[in-house]
Amino acid sequence: MHETTHHHADTLKSHVEEATGVILSHCYQCGKCTAGCPLNEEMDIMPNQILRILQAEMPGYENKVLSSLSIWLCLACDTCYSRCPQEVLLSKVMDYLRQESIRQNKVNPKAKDILSFHKAFLDSIKLNGKLHEVGLTIDYKLRSLNMLQDVQLVPSMMSKGKLAIFPHQVQNTKEIAKIFKRISENKGDQQ
Amino acid sequence: MKIGYYPGCSLEGSSKEYNDSLFAVAEKCGVTLEEIKDWSCCGASAAHNLNHDLSLALPARTLALAGSQGFAEIVVPCAACYSRLASTNHEISENVTVKTKIEGYIDLKLTADVKILTVFEFLQKYIFPTVDKHIVNKLNQKAACYYGCLYTRPKETAAVDQIENPMEMDEVMVKAGATPIDWAFKTECCGAGLSVSRTDIVAKLSGKILEAAADRGAESIVVACPMCHMNLDMRRPEIKKQLKKDINIPVLFITQALGLSMGIPADKLGLNKHYVSTNKVVNCIVKMEA
Amino acid sequence: MARIGVFICHCGENISATVDVAKVAEKAGKLSGVAFSVDYKYMCSDPGQTLIIEAIKKHKLTGIVVAACSPRMHEGTFRKAAEKAGINPYFCEMANIREQVSWVHPKSDTTTQKALDIVRTLVEKVKKNTALFPIKVPVTKTALVIGGGIAGIQAALDIANAGHQVIMVEKKPSIGGHMSQLSETFPTLDCSQCILTPRMVEVAQHPNITLHTYAEVESVSGFVGNFDVKIKMKAKSVDYSKCTGCGACWQKCPSKKIPDEFNEGMGFRTAIYSPFPQAVPNKPVIDRLNCTWFLKGKCGLCTKICPTGAINYDAVDEFIDVKVGAIVTATGFDLKHADFFPEYGYGKFKDVIDGMQFERLASASGPTAGEIRRPSDGKIPEKIVFVACAGSRDKAKGIEYCSKICCMYTAKHAMLYKHKNHEGKAYVFYMDIRAAGKDYDEFVRRAIEEDEVQYIRGRVSRIYEKNEKLIVKGVDTLMNGEPVDIEADMVVLATAVVANIEAESLAQKLHISYNKHKFFAEAHPKLKPVETNTAGIMLAGACQSAKDIPESVSQASASASKVIGLFSSSELTREPIVAVVNRQAPPNYTSCTGCLLCQEVCPYHAIETEEIKDRAGNVLKVVARVNAGLCQGCGTCVAMCRNKSIDLQGFSNDQMLSEVMALLNS
Repeated sequence: MHETTHHHADTLKSHVEEATGVILSHCYQCGKCTAGCPLNEEMDIMPNQILRILQAEMPGYENKVLSSLSIWLCLACDTCYSRCPQEVLLSKVMDYLRQESIRQNKVNPKAKDILSFHKAFLDSIKLNGKLHEVGLTIDYKLRSLNMLQDVQLVPSMMSKGKLAIFPHQVQNTKEIAKIFKRISENKGDQQ
Repeated sequence: MKIGYYPGCSLEGSSKEYNDSLFAVAEKCGVTLEEIKDWSCCGASAAHNLNHDLSLALPARTLALAGSQGFAEIVVPCAACYSRLASTNHEISENVTVKTKIEGYIDLKLTADVKILTVFEFLQKYIFPTVDKHIVNKLNQKAACYYGCLYTRPKETAAVDQIENPMEMDEVMVKAGATPIDWAFKTECCGAGLSVSRTDIVAKLSGKILEAAADRGAESIVVACPMCHMNLDMRRPEIKKQLKKDINIPVLFITQALGLSMGIPADKLGLNKHYVSTNKVVNCIVKMEA
Repeated sequence: MARIGVFICHCGENISATVDVAKVAEKAGKLSGVAFSVDYKYMCSDPGQTLIIEAIKKHKLTGIVVAACSPRMHEGTFRKAAEKAGINPYFCEMANIREQVSWVHPKSDTTTQKALDIVRTLVEKVKKNTALFPIKVPVTKTALVIGGGIAGIQAALDIANAGHQVIMVEKKPSIGGHMSQLSETFPTLDCSQCILTPRMVEVAQHPNITLHTYAEVESVSGFVGNFDVKIKMKAKSVDYSKCTGCGACWQKCPSKKIPDEFNEGMGFRTAIYSPFPQAVPNKPVIDRLNCTWFLKGKCGLCTKICPTGAINYDAVDEFIDVKVGAIVTATGFDLKHADFFPEYGYGKFKDVIDGMQFERLASASGPTAGEIRRPSDGKIPEKIVFVACAGSRDKAKGIEYCSKICCMYTAKHAMLYKHKNHEGKAYVFYMDIRAAGKDYDEFVRRAIEEDEVQYIRGRVSRIYEKNEKLIVKGVDTLMNGEPVDIEADMVVLATAVVANIEAESLAQKLHISYNKHKFFAEAHPKLKPVETNTAGIMLAGACQSAKDIPESVSQASASASKVIGLFSSSELTREPIVAVVNRQAPPNYTSCTGCLLCQEVCPYHAIETEEIKDRAGNVLKVVARVNAGLCQGCGTCVAMCRNKSIDLQGFSNDQMLSEVMALLNS
């Protein structure tokens, strides 16, 4: 992050800039990110609007961003960044906003399943060091209550050898769990 | 020299055929890939979505292990693993404070400079020099090479020369005797990690890709990413519902396509593990004259 | 024995409110060598100057120090006064006790002491001053205009009409520049060629203008008033003294498929060609890279057909040397052509074109006789999308600046299309509309309100081909970021304006500065927009920065006026603050050893060599010599010289040292 003369107010904008190093005033709202985003038809707030809301620093609007569905739909495909004329690293801002929306307990209800999947994934890693698809699925179904989703795939996946009943694990799974612990103790998930 | 290998969770599990076909091709050319001992998950999208430090720590563990096991180069066939390892490498090499912090988390040192190779960089460097004498078949068909997002963006870690129109896989397909087509959706997103939580979005995005390939007369789609493969192959029924039509184009991993041209049998390449039948591809093969 | 006069100015209250001027005057009067010291309210006023003049005469002063404002303000004033009083003006120095004392310090004894210190140092300096005399440099009253576009044409005509000789050099076979390629110009929609060609003809026929087309500047040396220019006259392969421009040769030339530069690659031309029907001169040249005779030794049809025997395959590049007094660079701009927009398919998709290519389509003399047609299949497009800011204001593409003219010409293009195709649909994707000139905003409103061009505020992420259409993926940011996808038949990109491709090499030949985008640097961005930092070289038009025709013409006339001012006397007077290499009596002749380090570091190329010869004409040594016409008195050479053989008049080592010693010995 380069030296700036930005003063640090207690706005979401200043937190984003400090945590990610992205200077939001570089964005001149051309909209090219929104134009190329593969999810633009599904999002509730468009990518360029998310940046505009952050830039505007108007009280009460920050919640809109943190409780939007858009930040959870964002796939970090970086189409926006690759075409942005001002080279604004939007995907890094999105990562931060996702984490902040969890911290502030403002996750959009429609994003519940998406978040459940990510959490189930990380649970599996914490436990095994590697992904156990069956474990992930069970965890996800318990979180999302989508019990019947994809059950039709189970027989074919098993016969094709794509589903392992037992997890592949690293030699010392405690080592992985320790990494998770150290990070949460360091408040590494809070930037 | 030993070349390290990082399969990642998918190549050990749901995309095992990618792993098998890569090994089959390497073996035929006398190249040995050595798996990094005790590797762990790279964190994929879940980590960077939920926890920035974790998203660096998990790949860093693998890089540290690779370094301490003496690998100067590692091959990472999965696009997501590649992207996570490369961007972690980028971030820790730019910032000493971050590097030290991550070393503290993983309790390992990040000293060695490990070069991370994508599957096509590996093929270009280690397979191409000796592959010509092994090529016995021509694939004889129009192939749409699909690169997706993580090999082409962001520019700091991109593994291709031309971000909007990459040609690295196209070159491999030419070697295999196929005709790579020029098409407009080479780098559009397939829907990635929303495969389970928002299958409808994957159906829509992957559907567009399939349609664009079909529009230009593609007879197969070639990928180098387990996620893209799953979305285009396993999710075909959902795509069919979305598009309201059935497009039969099979999806192959790049190593499978090259393997077929090298005369490696289809079952050894794991072609029977796909959902959309690859029989048409296999039947199109033409044996080359001696 | 020095008799110095010291004059302390109050400058109203500017100085006297902070510095005790009476005390300074009193103390200064006691310094050794000072014969007279006084303070006064306004030294620069008439009574103030009279005071100085009378004091010089009465007290027989040999030099004066005026302690007042910055020398940049009134050094000239006081030096003239000294001259009037009968002493050499360079015995007058100013001590700056305003900008450097009273304006930056609070009132105190220390401040007054500082003022006195400064006065004392200048007194010591003046004791070492010598008489200096202005340098006279002759002026050749011929101007060189490089570039035959509208700016070059205007400058040439203005200088020629003032009675001076002009040599114009244009690298293409015809003058006219980009303006000749335009169909209509904003904001009037005047036919471009109709207003340009009379000027072109005027240039060709003007008795004071010598026009060299298909020629380039090869090298430039010399200095203001006295430039030596070598011009390369490229081999035209046609003898213009015989050619009548009948056109038989290019009509019959069998090589008809050469991509046409004038039509921006949208049409073809022959190997022997004149670029366009109104070309001046309207005589052809042979493109040797594509001519069958030069490639294979076959054909030769033109030489058989030419009624006057003007074809000459054996012609070679010729070089001529000319002497000029001033140079005007008017080399214009280019549009960025390279494949730098892969997401738009520019260079890949035939129906994605740039603004200049659209001009040629719209032009009655263009490849489609003025009908807007798709380059791919010749069909008339029903939907055209115009993309503004394609490359400009784009840090990621390496061009941060705004290209200034695109908002206007995009509106113009959309209007031209609608005028020719009433039922067609035109869309413009823009970020901002820059229409600040006279009648400009009204012009854009006309496009929107009268011609129903659909303006959408947002940028385009991507363009790709599908079933012979171009899919344009854009956004409307004024509609809450609504994605806008258009199936267009043609896309016109307003690509960035960049410097002429040869700008950098020309700038290096001329020794003028340029910025990182290769636009030539003006001497001062606000107050000297048409001069460069190199004396005698002026700028006109888009070579300095992107601009439209009215501005280019204004700038051209302005640069012409600078040239005319330069030519208004037969001699140029320059301040004698220049470096001089010492000369001594034989056998030394000079302490300079000829190491020429000074020459290497001089930023103005003002150091030459001189051969010291004995009576028999044998060269004894080669030493440095300063060209007083070019030297700007920066002193770099003085710092560099290892044995102090070179010194700066008016700021000699001796003078500087005495100032320093005066400060140290307080």
